[in-house]
Amino acid sequence: MKKIVIALSGNPNSGKTTVFNALTGAHQHIANYPGVTVEKKYGTVHHKGVEIEVVDLPGTYSLTAYSMEEIVARDFLLNERPDLVVDIVDASNLDRNLYLAVQFKEMGAPLIIALNMIDVAESRGIQVDSEKLSSLMGVPVVPMVARSNKGVNELLDTIVAYGEKGPKWIPADISYGMDIDRALDKVAEILEGIEGVADRYPVKWLALKCLEGDKRVLGLLESHPQELAKVKQICDELSRHVMSTLEEDIEGIIADHRYGYIAGVTKKAVRRKIEARLNFSDQIDKVLTNRLLGPLIMIVILYLVYAVTFWASEVPVQWFESFFNGLKYLVTLVVPPGELRSLLVSGIIDGVGGVMGFIPLIMVMFFIIAILEDSGYMARIAYMMDRVLRWFGLHGNSVIALIVSGGISGGCAVPGVMATRTLRDPKERIATLLVVPFMNCGAKLPVLAMLIGAFFATNRARMLFLLTLLSWLFALLAAKLIRSTVLRGPKTPFVMELPPYRVPTLKGLIIHSWERTWHYIKKAGTIILGISVLIWAMMTYPGLSSEQEEMFAAKRQSASVAFLSSPGIARWIKGPAELKRLNDLYIKYATQKQQQTTIGRKIVSSDPLHVLAKTAYEWKTTTFVKKDVDPELLAVARQYLSFREQMATIEITRQQTALKSTVAGWIGSSLEKITAPLGFDFRLNIALLGGFAAKEVILSTLGTAYSLGVAEEDKGGALAERLKQSPMWNPLQAFSLIIFTMLYVPCLATIISIRKETSWRWAGFSIGFNLTVAYMVTLLVRQVGLALGIGI
Amino acid sequence: MRQMSDNQKGIIKKVSATGDMGRRIREMGLVPGAEIQIQGRAPLRDPVAVKIKDYTLTLRNDEASYIIVEVDSPGTEVS
Repeated sequence: MKKIVIALSGNPNSGKTTVFNALTGAHQHIANYPGVTVEKKYGTVHHKGVEIEVVDLPGTYSLTAYSMEEIVARDFLLNERPDLVVDIVDASNLDRNLYLAVQFKEMGAPLIIALNMIDVAESRGIQVDSEKLSSLMGVPVVPMVARSNKGVNELLDTIVAYGEKGPKWIPADISYGMDIDRALDKVAEILEGIEGVADRYPVKWLALKCLEGDKRVLGLLESHPQELAKVKQICDELSRHVMSTLEEDIEGIIADHRYGYIAGVTKKAVRRKIEARLNFSDQIDKVLTNRLLGPLIMIVILYLVYAVTFWASEVPVQWFESFFNGLKYLVTLVVPPGELRSLLVSGIIDGVGGVMGFIPLIMVMFFIIAILEDSGYMARIAYMMDRVLRWFGLHGNSVIALIVSGGISGGCAVPGVMATRTLRDPKERIATLLVVPFMNCGAKLPVLAMLIGAFFATNRARMLFLLTLLSWLFALLAAKLIRSTVLRGPKTPFVMELPPYRVPTLKGLIIHSWERTWHYIKKAGTIILGISVLIWAMMTYPGLSSEQEEMFAAKRQSASVAFLSSPGIARWIKGPAELKRLNDLYIKYATQKQQQTTIGRKIVSSDPLHVLAKTAYEWKTTTFVKKDVDPELLAVARQYLSFREQMATIEITRQQTALKSTVAGWIGSSLEKITAPLGFDFRLNIALLGGFAAKEVILSTLGTAYSLGVAEEDKGGALAERLKQSPMWNPLQAFSLIIFTMLYVPCLATIISIRKETSWRWAGFSIGFNLTVAYMVTLLVRQVGLALGIGI
Repeated sequence: MRQMSDNQKGIIKKVSATGDMGRRIREMGLVPGAEIQIQGRAPLRDPVAVKIKDYTLTLRNDEASYIIVEVDSPGTEVS
C-alpha cells in the first residue's frame, strides 16, 4: 500500500488539534493557550487505499529558531522531509496565519492550506475566496470547519491527490527588495559549493536564514570557516547599508516583505462585508479583564474551583472509601491472619486505596480546569498576572506552568515543567521550572485533603484556598530569590495572543479531564502499587528478633496470670482457656455492635462469659450506669477492661518496637535527629521518604504506618480518624506536615523532567534548594507555633 | 503605542525593535501598515491589549514603546 507522510502545522489556536483529532480519531489535549502540543504526536489514517501518517507539529507563529516549538517543528521538516505539509490556517485571522504558510513556501515544502473556521470568519463578515487564494499562493486550499467535521473528507481527498503526484521540495521565489535579493543570491552561491550542507538543506532557504542571522543555521557552517567568514561579511555590509537607508535591521525588512506579499494576496482573495466591530469576545473582555472587576472575578472564579470541587466530589469520595473498606473486610474473611493478609490489607489495599479514593476529587478538579483552559480564560489570567509575575523575575506565560503544576490545586508538575518550553529566555524558563514543584499538585492534594479533613474540618475549602495562596507566595518568593542570585538577567518580550472565548465542547472536556485522571490512575496502579509493596516490606522486615518476641510473650503471659489471680475473678473466669474464649466473645460482640447487625435482635444467653463480655463492652461504650446490673458483675467487667487496656499497651509497644527494628525504621530513626525540631518522628520520616518517589505515597505510607502501629480492635477507622486519636497529632503538627509536604523535594518524575529540560546540575539544585526551603519554613512554622501556643 | 489611550485607533508606522523582541512583535502581525486599536490595559495598567485585524494581542508597555503609530488625527505620530 502507498504511504504518505504529512506534517500538520499551524498557529496556536488555529484548531490544529481539532483537525488532528478529526483526521486520526486520536484523543488529545485541546487548549487555548500557546504551546500545549510540544511533543510530536503521530496518527495514521487510511483513505482511498492510501496510508497517511499524520505528524502533529507544535503550534507556532513562525519558523525562526526563537522557541523550542519552532526548533522542533523546523528540525522535523528539514530532517524528515515529509511528503506534504498541511498548514491549518484560521480564516478569521488570515494575514497572521499566512505568515507561517509563506515560510513553508520559502523552505520549499509541498503545501496544502486547510482554511479552517470559515464559519467564524463569515460570522465576522470576512469572506475568503479559497480558489483565488489557491491560485495566488500556488497551493491547494481546502475550506473547512474542523469543529463540526466539515471539510475533513475533502482535505483527505486533496492530500491523497496531491501526495500521489510525489511533489518536490522547491523553495518559492519571493522578493524582499533589491538589496536583500542581491545579497541572497551571493550567499546562495557560496553555500552551493559546500558539501554536506547544500545537498541536505534547501540552499535558498539557508541563505535567507543566514541573512536573518539565524544562529542555528550559521552554526551549520562552523566547520567551514572560510565560507562562514564570507557570508558574515555579506551580512554585515547589507546590515550597515539597510540601517543607514531604511533605519531597520535585515530581519525586520524581510518580515515586512513577507507581510507585504501576504497583503497582496489577501487584498484579492478576501472580502470584508462589514467593518470589524466589537465582537462577542471583546465584550466579555470588557468585563472579565476590567481594571477593577477583572481581578475580583478572577479570585471568585479560582475560589469557586475549590468550592465546586469539594461539593461535587463529596459523595463519590465516600463511595470509594466504603468500597475499599469492604474490600479489606472481604480479605480478612478469606485470608487467614499472617504475612499474606498483612501484605494485602496494609500493603496493597491501604496503599492503593488511599490514593484511588481521591479519584472523584481529581476528576472534578481536572474537569473544571479544562473548562478554564478550553474557554480561553487561562490566557486572560496570564495577561492580568504579568505585571505581578514580572516583579518576581518571571514571565506572564509562567503563570500557565504554575497553574498546570497545581496553581489552582490539582495539577501536575511534570506537564508544568514541560509547559515552561513556551518561555524563550533560558533564565526565566529555569527559574519557572525550579519553582513549579512548590505548587499543590494533584498528588499532594490527597495528603493535604486528608490532613485538612482531620484537623481543620470546619472550613475545608477556605483552608485549601489559603494553602494555594501560600504555595503561590512560596513559589514567587523563591523565584525572586533565584532570579536575583543564581539566575540574574533581563526580562524577555511578552507578546501573546488573547484567543477568542469559545464555549468548550463537552467531548473535549471529557477527553481532557479523563486523560489526566487516567494518567493518575495508571500512576496509582503501577508506581504506587510497587512502592506501597516495597515500603510495606521495608516496614515489615527484618522485624523483631525471637528474643524480643519472647519477651513480649512473657509480658502478656504475666499480665494474664496477674489478672486471673486477682480477687473475685476466679469465680467468673476459670483459667486461661476461658479467658481466651472471653476475649473472642468480646471482640465478636464489639464487631457486631459496631456493624449494628444485631439491632432489634437482643442476644439472650445465660452463658456467664457472654454476659460478662456484653457488660464490659456496654460499660466501656456507654457513659451512664444501668440500675439493674449486678454490682459484682460490674466490678469484674471493669477489672477485665483494665486488663484489656494493659494488653493493648503491650501490643502497641511491641508493634512500635517491631516497626523501629525494620529497614524503614532504621532510616526513619536515624533521620529523627535532623527532623526532631520539625516535630517529625520516624514514621513521618518513612512516609516522607516514600513521597520522594511520588507524593501520593506519603498518604499510603502513613496509612500503613498507622494501621501497623495501632492495636487490633481499633483498626478499620480511616487514617484521618486514627491520626486524630493519636496523642502526638494536633493542628500544629498537621500544619507543619502540610507545609513540609508542599515544599520539599519534587517527586521522581518531576526531577527527571527537570533534568530532561535542563541538566543534572539543575535537577540536583532543585532537590537541594527545595529541601532547604522546606526545612527552614517548616522549622519557622513549628517553632513560632510552639512559642505562641497556636494549634497545640 | 505606549502613549495611546484606551479604544484609540491608529496605523503602525514603524517597528524600531530589533532582535528577539523585534522578531516576536513582527511574527505576531504587528508590522507597518497594520491597523490597530487599543483594547484596554491589565488591572495594573500594564500589559496593554491591542486589537489588530480580528485578533487580540497583549504586550508590555516597554515593548509598546518600540512601535510608532500614526493615530486617527492625521499627521500625529506617537510611540
